[in-house]
Amino acid sequence: MNSQWEAVIGLEIHTQLSTKSKIFSGAATAYGAEPNTQACAVDLGLPGVLPVLNKDAVRRAVTFGLAIDAEIAPHSVFARKNYFYPDLPKGYQISQFELPIVGNGHLDIEVDGETKRIGITRAHLEEDAGKSLHEDFHGLTGIDLNRAGTPLLEIVSEPDMRSAKEAVAYMRKLHELVRYLEICDGNMQEGSFRCDANVSVRPKGQKEFGTRAEIKNINSFKFVEKAINHEIERQIDVIEGGGKVVQETRLYDANKDETRSMRSKEEANDYRYFPDPDLLPVLIEDSLKDEVRATLPELPDAKKQRFIDQYALDNESATTLTSSRELADFYETVVKASGGEAKLASNWLTGDVLGALNKAGLEISDCPVNAGRLAGLIKRIADNTISGKTAKQVFDKLWNGSDSADEIIEKEGLVQITDTGAIEAIVDKVITANPVPVEQYRAGKDKALMALVGQIMKETQGKANPGEVNKMLIAKLKN
Amino acid sequence: MHKKNLSELAAGLRSKEFSSVELTQFFLGRISQHQDLNAFITVSAESALQQAQAADQLLAAGNAGPLAGIPIAQKDIFCTLGAKTSCGSKMLDNFIAPYNATVVEHFNSAGAVMLGKLNMDEFAMGSSNENSFYGPVRNPWATDCVPGGSSGGSAAAVAARLAPAVTGTDTGGSIRQPAALCGITGLKPTYGRVSRYGMIAYASSLDQGGPMARSAEDAALLLQTMAGFDLKDSTSVDQAVPDYSTGLNDSLQGLKIGLPKQFFSAELDSQMAATIQAAIAEYQKLGAEVKEVDMPNLNLAIPAYYVIASAECSSNLSRYDGVRFGYRCKNPADLTDLYTRSRGEAFGAEVKRRILMGTYALSAGYYDAYYLKAQQVRRLISDDFKRALSEVDVLMGPVTPSTAFKIGEKTSDPIQMYLEDIYTIAINLAGLPAMSIPAGFIDGKPVGLHVIGNYFSEAKLLNVGHRYQQVTDWHQQAPKGFE
Repeated sequence: MNSQWEAVIGLEIHTQLSTKSKIFSGAATAYGAEPNTQACAVDLGLPGVLPVLNKDAVRRAVTFGLAIDAEIAPHSVFARKNYFYPDLPKGYQISQFELPIVGNGHLDIEVDGETKRIGITRAHLEEDAGKSLHEDFHGLTGIDLNRAGTPLLEIVSEPDMRSAKEAVAYMRKLHELVRYLEICDGNMQEGSFRCDANVSVRPKGQKEFGTRAEIKNINSFKFVEKAINHEIERQIDVIEGGGKVVQETRLYDANKDETRSMRSKEEANDYRYFPDPDLLPVLIEDSLKDEVRATLPELPDAKKQRFIDQYALDNESATTLTSSRELADFYETVVKASGGEAKLASNWLTGDVLGALNKAGLEISDCPVNAGRLAGLIKRIADNTISGKTAKQVFDKLWNGSDSADEIIEKEGLVQITDTGAIEAIVDKVITANPVPVEQYRAGKDKALMALVGQIMKETQGKANPGEVNKMLIAKLKN
Repeated sequence: MHKKNLSELAAGLRSKEFSSVELTQFFLGRISQHQDLNAFITVSAESALQQAQAADQLLAAGNAGPLAGIPIAQKDIFCTLGAKTSCGSKMLDNFIAPYNATVVEHFNSAGAVMLGKLNMDEFAMGSSNENSFYGPVRNPWATDCVPGGSSGGSAAAVAARLAPAVTGTDTGGSIRQPAALCGITGLKPTYGRVSRYGMIAYASSLDQGGPMARSAEDAALLLQTMAGFDLKDSTSVDQAVPDYSTGLNDSLQGLKIGLPKQFFSAELDSQMAATIQAAIAEYQKLGAEVKEVDMPNLNLAIPAYYVIASAECSSNLSRYDGVRFGYRCKNPADLTDLYTRSRGEAFGAEVKRRILMGTYALSAGYYDAYYLKAQQVRRLISDDFKRALSEVDVLMGPVTPSTAFKIGEKTSDPIQMYLEDIYTIAINLAGLPAMSIPAGFIDGKPVGLHVIGNYFSEAKLLNVGHRYQQVTDWHQQAPKGFE
């Protein structure tokens, strides 16, 4: 970005709450069912039906509010947002407008080593709409109302972000949080976590915000970054070209990597919000807040700090290991089962294990090497039964089979040679057989030592401890 | 058989004087004989006879409730599984609900027999039943006159003895005004007493279903079946339903009756005033005490009502878009055309008028001036009632400014039509229960006495109605040709 300009970004994130049934009906919310098989009379908006609020959705909203240190409204109100659309069965969406359930909280993000606090204006409950299907209907449009009535928590940030990078960091942090709290499955392909971005630019130093554009429905971290960056550039181009940014809604086209206008402010709907007379105000008592607070899990920031303090981890490893609750739990299980090998466990998890998972496209919950088996491996590294190099071999076998580390080491004869006499005999043999590098080393060429170590490791089939070999070799050569 | 009240019919069924099938056939016969009243939109003879057969078996087994085998009819606003539910609109002329309203379920479990679905103003918007897609209903007392509305078919059917008792709904007077104009007993319960699930919404914060019958005694039996908390309706109230019949004969000695002076202003027709005063005098004879009460905000009820009800209806009726059910225009060119023509062709003028008013009242820039202000007025009116009802047990006055008017007389002037509900609307805004009971005649046309009670005082209202009906016979008189 041109350094004269500053971007101002706020995000609205729709998180689908993972309740069993819909927010105002008893129909199931499971994804991927045959069209219109998970829509009951209430979801279809049939004449005479009435909404009944799902208490679990309220509880999840309260959980979120407490986790971001927000105000939980003792009295919040559902309102109708009126507009016509074929996949909006009632002709209005039940949402919250003036009195949302969650107000005024915050989330801390970290970008380039700096911590920044992002304000969260509000979070409100609402129902999702259905889906219009434009393919397979020969020019007509099909309507699938399975998704209609799925509970959403719309989380609205303050315009506190100044770059696409910050926006992505915020979005990732929020994604991590809702999954920690187990209020949302976070599945972005299935639309469980969707983002609208409000973007404007202003000359650096100016206090007033520029005119903003809203980019709708961006469903991946990568696209959020691209879409925002593209939009920032577009707006700067418009202004520098002597034009004015118009307030409008834009759509991001991932294929063309561009945003395009959807509708201007003038074309925007007047939603005619008013309190939904079919629903009573939502009253949240302190007892519910206390009850939810008592069941809150350890939150990512607290967990990360604890990992740093308790396991002496560096910031980066702690960040990685606490990026999901499952990974953090996995880590702690390994540490415990390995008898407290915190450092080794961290190295192995953030390195080989995550690398292998990534390559295989698996989540930690599907890891073929469970925490107990990984701990078995780490124990053998810690007590010098095997070398680090051998350990990688063992890990491959753990990944591809069902044997324990001990069984693999046993079967493959991978136990490190700890018998000093046996190693000494091989060292002596190699010194005798390689007079050239021996002379070179004695003449001051340290590199020559590597050739000798390599020979010794070859002779021991890698089962000698390289550190021990080094020590012994140097002692002998100096004699 | 049509002269018997509900407990006499129940006794007749038990003594085998007649079977439910015979009773049902008898009323089906009367319905077909008096089709010219146009009280029914749908007559469900076949399913009624099946229900009657089942009821006869239940009766024979000896474990049937008080309404078992008794024919009733539903206002066509209550969804009925398998039978058309039109709500008086072309929009739903092809709509068969895949479920029963909670009220309908209650009648089914009681073993009642549903004769059919009753005519009404389209989407319950109207005071004369002239806004029905199925044509106006005639008042049995004067067939060139309206029966009132929106529950016009309900009131006419009971007055003409086409059904012993029926249901109605009341958003601004739609049970009480037609009950008054047709000389029957109609009770609008406290908001939240009867489930609205399956009752097609007009104005959700005002709509309430209730019984329409010949007497308070019959209305009590009906309400007993209709009332109760419903998990499917968040606005229904989780409060135990009392026995509405046990206190019917309680003494009225010392009953405090309040007469809102705004109900008895100089504008009230002198004959109407005299008739209402005569009814109140009857209560004094029964031991009641009368005092005047002041309710200064009552004159704001009509404007507040038309803002709130219209706002809610503009949203409630958005679902009729031609997409999933109901009327769809032919060959829509595009989505906008589908919406505008489907709604334009299927909604009647009054429905369109209220949707437009409501859309306007909720629009950006007007919300505070209209909707919010109307809600504030609503609070003031409720406070007036609370104050008055802290001093007296019930309030009394007229239900309507005049008796039944001629078909066509007020159709060209919506404001005149809206003024029909001048005495009834405030009660809906406050959510209170209120009843109309027959209190005499002017020029051969019935007059209704309005009795308004405190929240959940339905048993008291029925007691007040019943005692009056023990000493008067207005409610037993039948229109000529329907005796």
